[in-house]
Amino acid sequence: MDKGLALRDVTITKGGVPLLSVSHAIAPGEVLTVMGPSGVGKSTLLAFITGTLAGDFLATGEVWLDGQNITHAAPHQRRVGILFQDDLLFPHLSVGANLAFGLQPGGSAEARKAKVDEALEEVGLSGFAARDPATLSGGQKARVALMRMLLSEPCGLLLDEPFSRLDAELRAQVREMVFDRARARALPVLMVTHDAEDAQAAGGVIVTLGD
Amino acid sequence: MNRRRFLPVLPILTLLAMLGPVAAGLWGTVLPAFGHLPAAGLAGPSLDPFRDLFNWPGLPRAVMLSLSTGVLATGISLAIVVLVTAGWSGTRPFRALERLLSPLLSVPHAAAAFGLAFLIAPSGWLSRLVSPGLTGWARPPDILIVQDSWGLTMTAGLIIKEVPFLLLITLAALGQADAQRSTTIAQALGYGRVTGWLKTVFPRVYAQIRPPVYVVLAYSMSVVDVAVILGPNTPPPLSVQIVKWMSDPDLAMRLEAAAGALLQLGLVVGALLLWRIGEVVVASLGRRWIAKGSRGRFDAVVAQTALVAGGFSAVIVLLGLVVLTIWSFAGFWGFPDAFPDGWTLRNWMRFGPGTLEALGETALIAGTVALVALILTIGCLEAEYRYGLSFSQRAVWLLYLPLLIPQTAFLPGLQTLMLNMGADVGRLPVMLAHLVFVLPYVFLSLADPFRAWDTRMGTIAAALRASPDGVLWRVRLPMLLRPILTALAVGLAVSVGQYLPTLLIGGGRVATLTTEAVALASGGDRRAIAVYGLMQTGAALVPFALALLLPALVWRNRRGLRHG
Repeated sequence: MDKGLALRDVTITKGGVPLLSVSHAIAPGEVLTVMGPSGVGKSTLLAFITGTLAGDFLATGEVWLDGQNITHAAPHQRRVGILFQDDLLFPHLSVGANLAFGLQPGGSAEARKAKVDEALEEVGLSGFAARDPATLSGGQKARVALMRMLLSEPCGLLLDEPFSRLDAELRAQVREMVFDRARARALPVLMVTHDAEDAQAAGGVIVTLGD
Repeated sequence: MNRRRFLPVLPILTLLAMLGPVAAGLWGTVLPAFGHLPAAGLAGPSLDPFRDLFNWPGLPRAVMLSLSTGVLATGISLAIVVLVTAGWSGTRPFRALERLLSPLLSVPHAAAAFGLAFLIAPSGWLSRLVSPGLTGWARPPDILIVQDSWGLTMTAGLIIKEVPFLLLITLAALGQADAQRSTTIAQALGYGRVTGWLKTVFPRVYAQIRPPVYVVLAYSMSVVDVAVILGPNTPPPLSVQIVKWMSDPDLAMRLEAAAGALLQLGLVVGALLLWRIGEVVVASLGRRWIAKGSRGRFDAVVAQTALVAGGFSAVIVLLGLVVLTIWSFAGFWGFPDAFPDGWTLRNWMRFGPGTLEALGETALIAGTVALVALILTIGCLEAEYRYGLSFSQRAVWLLYLPLLIPQTAFLPGLQTLMLNMGADVGRLPVMLAHLVFVLPYVFLSLADPFRAWDTRMGTIAAALRASPDGVLWRVRLPMLLRPILTALAVGLAVSVGQYLPTLLIGGGRVATLTTEAVALASGGDRRAIAVYGLMQTGAALVPFALALLLPALVWRNRRGLRHG
């Protein structure tokens, strides 16, 4: 079986004007970085992969994940995780409930709570389960958002300018944590960014759009 | 699974619920207007109903009243709102006025009208406060203030209610007009506040608030409850006369009523066209004014005047509620005493049981209608989001259509149609009729916040493997709790305030707080009116208070939702 995330001759157009073309396979644990100035359609590529492309775009080509063609699957059945530059924690849920939202259904209440606590502990946030996400620092929110995504057991991970809201010091720290976790779980990662430093740190292939 | 087939139907169902009764009602008006009324054994077509209508001696006056009250009320309230916003938006007095006016939006028209009448009548509170000291009056002067034959008091009663409405609409439009920066630039170029705002921001804002302004015009021209309370009697405005003809035991009078209804429709359409021409004229004058480059010499005076007028209109409504409260607890209160001799609970004991019964009917109708409107609205907006539909500017006018066609033009027809079909009048048809007016307001109230929701939240939730329904129920709706409850409160308030649909479609058998209160108008029992008016106000206001309170309570530990 072909593990990993593969984009096969993906071309996205808007109103007949081609925006981008990508054809690339990302192996488990590898990172593909797509670079380019804003407005070039980087996020559009991610929207195509998550299945949330807006109606005015037209896309051709296929997306394969772990040997399955997910091009036409419903967004919630694709098993593609995504992190944005904002943490996008659900403001109405506690930190613990946000994590439990990611956790797949099943298991006893205690077992689920134990998994949530374990995830919090993994990123140094033990005891934060009952907290209001709005009271967390930027770095803490980023960590919760990452663990929430990982608890949903995705088969691939998309990063949409994920570190651009963080200040320099925090940025390196969070970046390292995200890539470490992805590598540990052997996830293929596709990152779009306009930041050269992020691209360097990813250590994988870099594709530049819009030249 | 079931839902997936259900959801796409909702927008069509919504349109049908909103426009179906309007279309049916207009049809039901056209037939008898041309002499066709099988229930009364009459078969058309004939022009007799119009001949009778034009032979009615009160007609010219009634038509003039409809036009003058509508145009004056709309023009004056729009001028107040625009000039107050131009002169003061972003300042502390403006925020104070905004805070004062927003709760007044939900005060029913009838209650505000009663309050005004109790204030300014010759024997009203204002006259009592200054008598006999300033005036020397030992008995109420014999002048006609309330129900004056020019309809001026009625116009004032409409203005005090339309100012809060237009102000809130304008505030919503300001956010999308980039007002702050335009004003700053204009002021840096040496323009006064008001002139700069009028020359740079107003054209954009007006383009946004145009539909609600038209609604105010159509409403003010054809309103019935305010006209019954504050309008002249001999002859009354056209809309009131139509209702009188409709309630005549002689079924043949319905023909004249239907002809009058068509005339009313024509009047409103004509006035809207005139208003549109007026817009073009004002725009061309405005362009010339802009080209002249005048910086605004009288800005300060204009701004002060507008603020005083806006504040005055708010204070009138508030004082009206105060005087209603005083009357509801008043024992003997002779003229010209400023306050009653004694305070008593007797009025409430006497009218309390009756109001409670009416409150039950009101709550049942309003609750059902508002809830149905909310479900349809959420269904439409969710369908729009899921299927990537987008509504054009034209479709937005569809929402306003039921509010632009005067109630007096199609409700009589709807009643006649039901009569012809042998359908029973009563609670359910009343609910359907209320839905026509409640749906647009609920939709307009919820649409912006619903669409402004960050759809990346939905992408994230779907990436966490939540189904579309799961995203809606577990993420979107809880996050939108506050605007949803506000929309529900808007729907309740609109339904509570409905007079004509309840009266006509209910066949006089459905007694809500509003129909009971308006029915008391002719009797002049101030204590009874006060109790009913206050109950009516409460029925509209309490849901708003809850809509503010509940989210604050539910999300008290969620800082991220406190200002959403």
